[in-house]
Amino acid sequence: MVKLEISVGNLKFKNPVMTASGTFGNGSEFEDFFDVSRLGGIILKGTTIESREGNPYPRMAETPAGMLNAVGLQNKGIDYFEKYIYPKVSLFDTNVIVNINGSYLEDYVALAERIDKLDKIAAIELNISCPNVKMGGMAFGTNPQSTREVTRAVRAAYSKTLIVKLSPNVTSIVDFARIAEEEGADAVSLINTLLGMAIDIRTRKPSLSTITGGLSGPAVKPVALRMVWQTAMAVKIPVIGIGGIMNASDAVEFFLAGATAIQVGTASFIDPLSSVKIIEGIENYLEENKFGSITDIKGLINLS
Amino acid sequence: MPKRIEDFIIRRNRKLNDDYFVLELDGMRSLPEIKPGQFVQVKVEGSPETFLRRPVSVHDVDYQRNILKLLIQIVGKGTETLSRMNQGDTLNLIYPLGNSFSIPSKRDRVLLVGGGCGIAPLLYLARCIASQGIMPDILLGFRNKNRIIEYEEYYDLGNVHLTTEDGSRGLRGLVTGHPVMKDNLFDRVYCCGPEMMMKAVALHCREAVISCEVSLENLMACGIGACLCCVVESIRGNLCTCIDGPVFNTKDLKW
Repeated sequence: MVKLEISVGNLKFKNPVMTASGTFGNGSEFEDFFDVSRLGGIILKGTTIESREGNPYPRMAETPAGMLNAVGLQNKGIDYFEKYIYPKVSLFDTNVIVNINGSYLEDYVALAERIDKLDKIAAIELNISCPNVKMGGMAFGTNPQSTREVTRAVRAAYSKTLIVKLSPNVTSIVDFARIAEEEGADAVSLINTLLGMAIDIRTRKPSLSTITGGLSGPAVKPVALRMVWQTAMAVKIPVIGIGGIMNASDAVEFFLAGATAIQVGTASFIDPLSSVKIIEGIENYLEENKFGSITDIKGLINLS
Repeated sequence: MPKRIEDFIIRRNRKLNDDYFVLELDGMRSLPEIKPGQFVQVKVEGSPETFLRRPVSVHDVDYQRNILKLLIQIVGKGTETLSRMNQGDTLNLIYPLGNSFSIPSKRDRVLLVGGGCGIAPLLYLARCIASQGIMPDILLGFRNKNRIIEYEEYYDLGNVHLTTEDGSRGLRGLVTGHPVMKDNLFDRVYCCGPEMMMKAVALHCREAVISCEVSLENLMACGIGACLCCVVESIRGNLCTCIDGPVFNTKDLKW
């Protein structure tokens, strides 16, 4: 048997496969298909202080080997979360992680303080990289000074594992990873979606109501892999790789590039079983290649 | 009913005309209960341009022979790929998805209104209603006689009325102009078709104080309520077409 366990800060994961925020609902949407407690972790849908309606329809467009979305953080807010979602996700036997979002620094801090009191939430993923909101979101994650300030403030407000989710829409993502590390983040996760757009040439209208949106899916994988590789060389904290991972082979590439763990996102839309298939596939890869543990292949890219 | 991911074998791909085809699918396991108005998410293989699954409403279910039927209009690359699939090919579905049309009570007078490819979910609905001992009226509208989709099967299930916009078959005009619609002798109207048509029918029903349910079609990624892409504005805020719908009572919509 190979070992799939990994750690991020003090937090142990039974395996290195999590589901990405916004692609797995609150987990219960997938319970008809498999036991979601088999996952290493579940990152819940982005949560804000107040309830948000998100952006107008259309908020999704299919693109070659990917999709654009502009959902805009539709969620029912932290009060609803505590009352209705938290009791359900508390029953999952895996690390349940809340992805937090804000328009202002104070929002992030208030959310962190509230979530710090929820025993069954293992960690926070600090989302400073949502490209689809008018205020906050990516504005924090594309400015070094605000990245520093929000990470510092949330770190001070939150006692457990803190993951900072980085935006790829910057000149050097490594700089932002370093800032997160300096300010006490336990890990960085990357990448959030790449800002993109599409136009319907028949109507000459943008395909999304917001004109621009976030690109995800296999189309972004090479970009994500490059960023994960660069970041993993630059920081000591774990890097959680995200971006177009559709199967175990994709996932292994991220580990070889230096990722400690990975998140499966868009793949779950096409095959709700993707994440568990990826866990099994990683296990097979390790066995076939005579590795005893997932940690053995971390950063094992052969550059000779 | 729990959702499933399952392979089906194409029993027949029946071309109706240049725009429409019916896929008859053999289930490899016995079919679960499928409600009228529910849909499937079809995986389209073969091209990165057809990356996401395609939502398709259930056209008919034959439990005895374990067959699921999908009536599909060719509108883009995904449906075009599906139209070229052959007998014996495998098709992967996630199903049954979404809510369903409400089943009327025995005393209700029922009208089904379908336009174009929107007639797809109405066949199975008509079958379910007919099995309750209710004889619905079924009003089908098409652009012209060349755009008519086969509707012979509906005759076994209700009183069929036909309109075409140019009068080349049935009554000339839109479904909303048909006498059966104007008579307002119904307790419930079920409608599926182009949005303009559904809105007109909804407006008519609102004025006549008749319950009206419509089946919506929005762009979807997951089909299971995870991505929140397929929202429709309702009086209670944004709802997902995939899990809160696809069937909505029009009193709940901002129409």
